Amino acid sequence: MLSFLEVFRFRRRDSPIHRMDPRVKALYVFVASIISIIYYSLTAMITIFISTIPLIAIAKVHREWIRSLRGALFLTSMIVVVNMFAGYLSGGLTLTVETVSYAFSMGLRFLTFTSIFSIFFLTTTPEDLSLALEKLKVPYDYCFAFTSAIRFVPDLALEIQTVIDAQRSRGLELEKGNIVRRIRNYIPILIPVFIRSFTRSIELAEAMEARGYGASEKRTSIYELNMKHSDYAIASFLLCILAISILLRVYANWY
Amino acid sequence: MIEVRRVYFTYPGGVEALRNINLAIGKGELVAIMGENGAGKTTLIKMFNGLLKPTKGCVVVDGVDTKETSVAELSRKVGIVFQNPEHQLFAETIEDEIAFALRNFGLPEGEIARRIDSILKFTGLEKYRGLSPFTLSGGEKKRLALASILVFDPDYLVLDEPTIGQDPEQKDRLLDFLLEVNRRGKTIVMVTHDVEFVAECKPRVILMRRGEIIADGPAEKILIDEELMRSTSLLPPQISLFASKLNLHRSGYALLNVDDAFKILLNFLRDECLC
Repeated sequence: MLSFLEVFRFRRRDSPIHRMDPRVKALYVFVASIISIIYYSLTAMITIFISTIPLIAIAKVHREWIRSLRGALFLTSMIVVVNMFAGYLSGGLTLTVETVSYAFSMGLRFLTFTSIFSIFFLTTTPEDLSLALEKLKVPYDYCFAFTSAIRFVPDLALEIQTVIDAQRSRGLELEKGNIVRRIRNYIPILIPVFIRSFTRSIELAEAMEARGYGASEKRTSIYELNMKHSDYAIASFLLCILAISILLRVYANWY
Repeated sequence: MIEVRRVYFTYPGGVEALRNINLAIGKGELVAIMGENGAGKTTLIKMFNGLLKPTKGCVVVDGVDTKETSVAELSRKVGIVFQNPEHQLFAETIEDEIAFALRNFGLPEGEIARRIDSILKFTGLEKYRGLSPFTLSGGEKKRLALASILVFDPDYLVLDEPTIGQDPEQKDRLLDFLLEVNRRGKTIVMVTHDVEFVAECKPRVILMRRGEIIADGPAEKILIDEELMRSTSLLPPQISLFASKLNLHRSGYALLNVDDAFKILLNFLRDECLC
């Protein structure tokens, strides 16, 4: 029931992609996103999408990756349908090959984005993410809020499941009744979850203050991010790819 | 009767929580399921009302396989009180909280009012009836959660860690309360780490470790077995440890609580005096 929250759960693994500097991975996300935005043909989308697959394979996160793609499937089909319908209306009530291929490439673009971002989030620990954000001069309070939000997602999922279990044990049937009734059915789930979340955040704040959070102006970290030679090499490679793609798009008019 | 037949259970994440569990709990029994954290105790009780279905094997409640019926249907028979009351309290008033299950089961309002009255009296929450559940103390919330299950009169009452967060006085009351419910013919299954509490009610004890049942028998036999208890991160009750030091268990006595010790000591003293 809560499998969609699984996407956010980080599992520690070891692979060249996991070991890569998070800033380089962020650069990858940036480069790959730019390319998927400036190109729009079906061929280009297929190429970019396929290019993400080896990375998934190297990182060995294919199971989670498939799960996030499956999660994105509904929205993808909506994008395809809406684009096709819009093309059909504007094209004088006829469906051309271009319209269909454009609609599919838009859908594929969404899947490609999902894939690109999956590579980043499935292989970067919350701690690495926080360190990378700090290096990018994001204030620490925001980094912390962001990473703790991600870190608490699995706990929250577990908690929601427990509340659902507890209320079902009292005879609550979530799938029962008409649409209004069904929404009302969720009240006994949502109230305990909200209240627990508030209590939890207050407790967390107190526990952090008790351990001296905010006591010193300048924070230091045990782990420092260090770019290795391979990281520099990959970063340069990514920038080359970006430059070539832009040149081909602008001067050779590839799309 | 709750029958658990060759049950295996693996969580979707791949964690194997139960392995080859065989168990029968009869009507009117008093049972304590004990064991270290992560032994599978909570997973096991969630099988009893169908919240979880076995990956392999089956769970049969009064002749009905849990796979063939709904949780709502089973819950009328098997009432589970969860460990943390904050996971279930949501209503505006304590009365509404208690009435929740009754309304879900479609009881008439007159009957609901009657039952609320009697359960509030039984649990000593009468004076709070119009208040919000969130104004109660931790111990009271726990009692309210218990009341909200007990009110629909399930044949099997299952409690997950009922003594956590209760002060000694409340524990005493809970003990009397559970024994009273049990005397009325209800089956009680509790999951607990509280050895001293179990020593007071002397139920049938089921010990679990890493998803398996490693022992099943009367408290008098299991609680005093220090080696067995330690193997699942528990310790015998203090009185039993003391009795072991005196080698009393070897002489055939099973001392679990102060009352047991008192009786035996009294006998010794009498013998001494008579001699």
